[in-house]
Order: sequence, then C-alpha cells, then structure tokens
Amino acid sequence: MKDILNIAGIDLESRIFIGSGKFPNNEFIPKIIESSEAQVMTVAVRRFDFENPKENILSYIPKNIRIMPNTSGARNADEAVRIAHIAKAAAKTDLIKIEIINDNEYLLPDNYQTARACEVLSKEGFKAFAYMNADLYAARDMQNAGATAIMPLGSPIGTNKGLKTREMVKILIEEIELPIIVDAGLGKPSDACECMELGCAAVMINTAISSSQNPVLMAEAFKDAVNAGRKAFLAKIGIVSDRAKASSPLTGFLQDKE
Amino acid sequence: MTFYDIKQKYNTFNFEKYIANVSDEMVKNSIQKESLDEMDFLNLLSPKTLNYIEDIAQKAHEISLKHFGKSILLYAPLYVSNFCINNCVYCSFSTSNNIKREVLSFGEIEENCKIISGYGIRHILLVTGESNVKTPLDYLKKCIEILKKYFDGVDMELYPLDENGYKTLANAGVDGLTIYQETYNENLYKILHTKGAKADYKYRLETCERAGAANFRNLNVGALLGLNDFVSEIFFAGAHAKHLQKKFPSAEIGMSFPRLRPAMGTYHPKTIITNKNLIQAICAVRLFINRINVTVSTRESNNLRNNLIPLGITKMSAASSTEVGGYTKKEHFDGQFEVNDIATVEEVKEMIYQKGYQPVMKDWTIL
Repeated sequence: MKDILNIAGIDLESRIFIGSGKFPNNEFIPKIIESSEAQVMTVAVRRFDFENPKENILSYIPKNIRIMPNTSGARNADEAVRIAHIAKAAAKTDLIKIEIINDNEYLLPDNYQTARACEVLSKEGFKAFAYMNADLYAARDMQNAGATAIMPLGSPIGTNKGLKTREMVKILIEEIELPIIVDAGLGKPSDACECMELGCAAVMINTAISSSQNPVLMAEAFKDAVNAGRKAFLAKIGIVSDRAKASSPLTGFLQDKE
Repeated sequence: MTFYDIKQKYNTFNFEKYIANVSDEMVKNSIQKESLDEMDFLNLLSPKTLNYIEDIAQKAHEISLKHFGKSILLYAPLYVSNFCINNCVYCSFSTSNNIKREVLSFGEIEENCKIISGYGIRHILLVTGESNVKTPLDYLKKCIEILKKYFDGVDMELYPLDENGYKTLANAGVDGLTIYQETYNENLYKILHTKGAKADYKYRLETCERAGAANFRNLNVGALLGLNDFVSEIFFAGAHAKHLQKKFPSAEIGMSFPRLRPAMGTYHPKTIITNKNLIQAICAVRLFINRINVTVSTRESNNLRNNLIPLGITKMSAASSTEVGGYTKKEHFDGQFEVNDIATVEEVKEMIYQKGYQPVMKDWTIL
C-alpha cells in the first residue's frame, strides 16, 4: 500500500517540500525537483516577477508541481493577509505558507501574529501552512484558527544547525492533530531523517540544498533520508536502551524451580 | 537611547592606540567567533587583518551564502532635483558650484520611469538634493505615486525629515531610506558642513531612527569613504547599523561603502581607500552583522563589482544615471558624481550569471 500524505485535499507521495529562494540560477529548480522528487515548492510572493520571465521563479516550476506561495516580508498579520490575496490572484492557488517575521536579526517567526493570520485566511478559504517557533500553545491556537498544517522551525532559518527544537517538535507531534512539517534550519539529510523518524508528516528544505556544492545530488540525498526516516517511523523503531539486556537480574529467579 | 548617545561613549576612546595593539591572535579569534562584539569588529578593521584577508573573505562568503543564497537584487537611482541649500565641498550639487539646476516635472518623471522600467528594473531609489522649497513633501508624495505605477520597491535618498515627514512618505508607499552620515567624526562634519540644514550633525545622525519610528522597511547607512580615516568611519557606520537592527528589529538594515568619486569643485579626498581596504570593510561588516544588506553602486568599476559579488554583496545598481532625469537626456553633464560602471542592465545581469549568481529584479510587492 502506498504511503500517501493527504494534506489540504491533495494526495502527495513525496514528503519533502522545497524552498526556492536561494539557488544560484533558476535553471536549477526543475533539476532539484526531479532529483528530490518533491511535489510541492514554496515561492515568495515578493519574488513573483511576471515582467522579467527569465528571473521569474514561477517560469521554471514544472506544471505538475504544487506551488505554495509564502508571505515572506510580512511583518504582521495584516501584511500577511494582503500578500496572501496577491498570491491567490497571481498563482491561482488556495495554498499559503504564512511567514511573519518581525525580527531581521534571527528571522524568527512571530507566533501571535501568525495565529491571527491563520484565523483570517482560513475563514476566507485559504489552506494555511503556519511557519512557527515550536510552541505548543501557539500551535493549538493555529489549529483552532483553522490552519492546515503546522510548520515549526528546526533551528533558525539559514543556519543549517539541525533539529535543535527536537523536544518541542515531539510534543507537537503528540498533541497536535494537524500534520507537522519541520521547516527551516535542517542542514543535513540525517536531520531530515530524524524529523521523519519522530513522526513528522514532511520536511521543508532550502538552504541545505542550495548552499551545498552540488545541489542536485544533495536534493537526492535529502529524498533518500526522508524516505528512510519515514519507513523507520512506519516500521516502529525498536526501544532504545542505555545498557545491554542479556539477562533478567531482578526476575530471573521466577524461572527457578520452587 | 539614540545612536548619538552611544557614540558619545567613544569620545575618549583612542582608536589609533587600540588598533596599534591588535595582535594576530586577536584577529584570528575574531574571525572564527560566531557572534562578534564591537571590539571584534574593530579588530577586523585593523591593518593586521590584511594578513588574513582571504580567511575573512571565506568566512564572509560562507555567512552570505547561508543567509542570502546566491542572489543579487538590482536597482537604479532616479535623480529628481539637484537644487540644494547645502555646501558640501565634495558634492557637485553644492551651492558653491555653478551647475544647471532643475527639478523634474511629473511628466518628465513619468518618462524616466518608462525608460528605467523598460530595462527590467523593478526597484527604484529616488534621489534629491536638499531643498524643501523646490522639492517639498507634497512634491515627493506625488513622485512616489508615479513611481509606484512602475516599480515594486521604492526607496529614497533625501534630506532629513522629522518623524511625521517619514510617516507621510511611508503612508504614500515608500519602503526604505538611504542616508549617509558622510563622516561620523563630529568635528570634521562641522568643518565640511558649515551651511544649511545639514550643519546639524545630531539631527542627521538620528535620521534613520526617525524613519524607523515611522515604520520604514529598509534603513541604509554609510560613511562617505575618503573624507576621514578608514577605521573609525567603518566602525561607527557598522555600530550604527547594529544599533538600528536592535532598535528596529522588523526593518532590514543595509550599509553602503561609497568611495569618493571625482565631482565638480576642487575637493580632494583626505584618504584613499584601497580595494583591499574596501573588501576588508565589507567582510568585517558581514561578520559583525550577518544579515545586513550590502549595496554597491556604479561608483565602483565593473571589474571590482564583479569580484565583490561572492564577498557578500546583496544589492547593486545598474545602468545608473546620477543626473537629474538623466535617462531621457541626449547630452550628459553635471551628474552628482561620475559613474564608473556604465554597463547596461542586461550586461550587469549577464555578469552576475557568469559569476554563478542570480540577478533578482523584484524582491518586494506593493501591498
């Protein structure tokens, strides 16, 4: 049986989402999509550029790929809502990744504003993917506000530091009904694998691929890691123990003849 | 607390003495740190760092790649007026220079916009001399209305306004402000700017903070390199940028490194900033403020601009004219400074592609 991720009414066979912002050349985009087998790509609305087709990322995304516009540049819920409206008109999609950043030093998302934007946009019929700082209360607010998926960061964006929010992400996976997609900070395929082993629905990757020496090969490595992690999750990982368990020192006596 | 207050703390600081005592170990340590403080930044501006120029360049490249990827945003300036009440000795627009003065009519602005946007440019920097009589706020508001029809990002380089003035501009759709302190040295500043509103050092220094309070998205600072010594000017410009980032976390902070170019008048730069120093400065700032935007204009040569790309440049002007309404004119004279890189937008784009980077024409959307 195929392992399908149904999200926003779409059936996805791939659990890797790709960011588009940092490649040296847009011609990489179809190659990255091919080698990662991704089916969803996020694009910043601020980069939609219909006047310069060669520089417009949208011209390079294959037709069968779902475009998930993001609200990069929004500083509050109101700006995110306005960007979402532009996205819907230009890209003809209900998908929107809400990205609200009010701090340009660390680029950490503003959870409060994000929850507010989720509420407005979900009511309008958008399928809101909420990029957030891993926090249970905020995730619940976003869930209650009608979000489609929760996207906690693994570590600050662009840092490639991996899943530093591991314990918080585990709590989100347990407590939140929506798919959890780790976004930002994953630097190595093993980080993506770790997320999938924990039970994340998918991961979003950009910098780790675009900043490598061979982005196409790295995209393939991420695909393999995501698949491995997902299979391990489905197979139920064995119990991890601190010491070898060769005997039963406490209850072994029960075997003795009385 | 404004940057003026912070700067006062350095009034008794002896830069020359500190710099003379910077050791190789200090430089190496500052290069490898993840989070640099002010003194690390200063270490990286010392001559000792020139021995480690490749190391610091590698680090700057790595940080830039992580934060910005391989992309360079292109923009062009549009000069709308050269009427100016100031007498900056290094600038062609100074009152003491006998140049043809003009203010663009709204029709002329429209014509210039058509040409610039025809090049594929989507981000514009409106530049004007200081005259609230010839180019008052109402005139600027009307300019912005026109610019917004043609461009997705509108920044301004204009004379200092009060906070309400910036609020008016922000509401009209301006995204960013560029303003150079020229020199951070208060005494020298007063010698170079004796007349006009510009004579007020503190008012100019606090300009970006008034624009930040008015919710501007982009704040861009810099010192005019050549007016004063290299180390203290870059140090204060960097410290200024850092202060703005802390005070206005939602704003994107940027820095330019304009080197004095030949202009009208007889002024000659006090110091010559070498290419090596320029690279040192750009890299040091990148290590000090990882996410800062770095702009390089057509003041610099095509060849140098090309080589600066991987060092962490994020924005470049292209096909610039520094003359009032220069895009529609057949004969050219009296620009603010002599343009060095005269390549067309297509040529600059090609150069960026050749370097393995991506020119970005549009990186904002008018909301």
